[in-house]
Amino acid sequence: MTRRLTFGLAAVVLLGLAGLTLANEDPTAPPAETGQAALEAAAAPTIDTGTTAWMLTSTALVLLMVPGLAMFYGGLVRTKNVLGTMMHCFAAMAIIGVIWMICGYAMTFGSTIKGIIGWDTAKLFLQGSDGDYYYLDEAKTTAIPELVFAMFQGKFAIITPALIAGAFAERVRFRGYCVFIALWSLLVYNPLAHIVWGGGYLTGEAIDFAGGTVIHISAGVSGLVAAIYLGARRGYPAVAMHPSNLVMTMMGAGLLWVGWFGFNAGSSVASGMQTAQALTVTQIAAAAGAVTWMVIEGIRYGKASALGMVSGILAGLVAITPAAGDVVPWGALVLGALASVFCFLAIALKNKLGYDDTLDVFGIHGVAGIIGAIMLVFFLRPDDGEPRSWADQIWPQFEGVLVSCGIAVVVTLVLVVLIDKTLGLKLHDDGEMAGLDHQLHGEHGYGLLNPE
Amino acid sequence: MKLVTAIIQPDKLDAVREALVKAEIYRITVSRCAGRGRAEDLELYRGQKVAPHLLPKTRIDIACNEEFVDVAVNAILNAARHGHGEVGDGKIFVTSLDKCIRIRTGEEGGDAI
Repeated sequence: MTRRLTFGLAAVVLLGLAGLTLANEDPTAPPAETGQAALEAAAAPTIDTGTTAWMLTSTALVLLMVPGLAMFYGGLVRTKNVLGTMMHCFAAMAIIGVIWMICGYAMTFGSTIKGIIGWDTAKLFLQGSDGDYYYLDEAKTTAIPELVFAMFQGKFAIITPALIAGAFAERVRFRGYCVFIALWSLLVYNPLAHIVWGGGYLTGEAIDFAGGTVIHISAGVSGLVAAIYLGARRGYPAVAMHPSNLVMTMMGAGLLWVGWFGFNAGSSVASGMQTAQALTVTQIAAAAGAVTWMVIEGIRYGKASALGMVSGILAGLVAITPAAGDVVPWGALVLGALASVFCFLAIALKNKLGYDDTLDVFGIHGVAGIIGAIMLVFFLRPDDGEPRSWADQIWPQFEGVLVSCGIAVVVTLVLVVLIDKTLGLKLHDDGEMAGLDHQLHGEHGYGLLNPE
Repeated sequence: MKLVTAIIQPDKLDAVREALVKAEIYRITVSRCAGRGRAEDLELYRGQKVAPHLLPKTRIDIACNEEFVDVAVNAILNAARHGHGEVGDGKIFVTSLDKCIRIRTGEEGGDAI
């Protein structure tokens, strides 16, 4: 009975959302600005084929990070939860893939409403974007197809909620999770991405090259809030919980590193000098982060672990994300190393405090994201030979971090409480002990362990 | 001396271990195994129903002196049940144990357990 009720509630919420989007497709609404602008430009702009080709490649690279993340997370959880955990990442590809085309792009990159959220009716269902241009210069002479830009940005919207899944891994219901990421994407990601990138009030103020605040801090902080509210897994931390397959985790980390070139270098939305600069610092920070983590573990425990190595890689990559196009190469070296030091300390602190951020989403993404977003001001590349002062930039950076944390904390808390009380988000003890794979998906990931 | 062997559902392993530790029984051997009692468990693969012939189970072996046999059995009984008891909760076998030798010292009998 309660089940049917909760299903009904979910259906109502979803229908409401659908109604909301359709209601806004008012045929009497004035034609969208972009359409008019394109007409006024009269002559169609030249398609920059170099940029288009690189952006198409980057789009594919960023999508590759999602299965990479699924492997990374899947390898870290216990055997009985491997499929359920990988499904969390794949579900984001599916659900956000649909939401982004319906209204996500319009909400993020439509004309701004008071600097907080975008809206462009013509861009709903990507209708207006089909055949339109995304201009690369003020004069509107060169462009890439708008669909490339929309799809590239859509990949960021997909990976962000997938990141959160690691914080409450091994203990959530699939149904509740699906509704959570859908609503989170609409109410946290889209406004935040609009504020920082899409023409909102921090666009052009706070430097966030490829998503330090929008993606890593928001996901990290949301994960922390959800993990604390939902509570620890049964038996944590007394019971030893072994990763199911660190080999898969390392392959996943490899895919993430490769995909990150698309993530950062693609965020230049160009194929030129800044693209190369972003790609270079990405490589440097990842390597510096990995080396630092190895050294810390070597000194502390006398052994460099595989999990430590990949943690260092991720810490470095996350820290350079907000900074990628704007810092000098030696800055990347420092940022990567600093990120590993702070993430290592944050995870040690988590173990002391005892909350169960299962796969350290806050410890890595939240902490390294904050380190990167703030510390980048000390390594800025001179602008046309003019050195940029860190004092001018540090406040906007703090503002970006605070806005991101604020929205993430408040909205995530509301969503988690609402969904947990209606549909149910935390899985009951018996289900948790049986494992997500068996309980929620009726399958098992590793056949060899269960002889037929 | 007796050997208590319990075949239980994998998801009850933690609960059973906690109960045993509470009863001051620490030395146990646990193995993953597969078996078939009266329980059935369907899985779906692309809509195809698959009924595994053998289901994953967990086996616990405890060698103990006479006075601990009932303690161990009761601890397992209470912890391994789902609710008021379900088909597939498992079985406990108690067999007598002829000899027990500690490899390190060569000690024999009750002291070696």
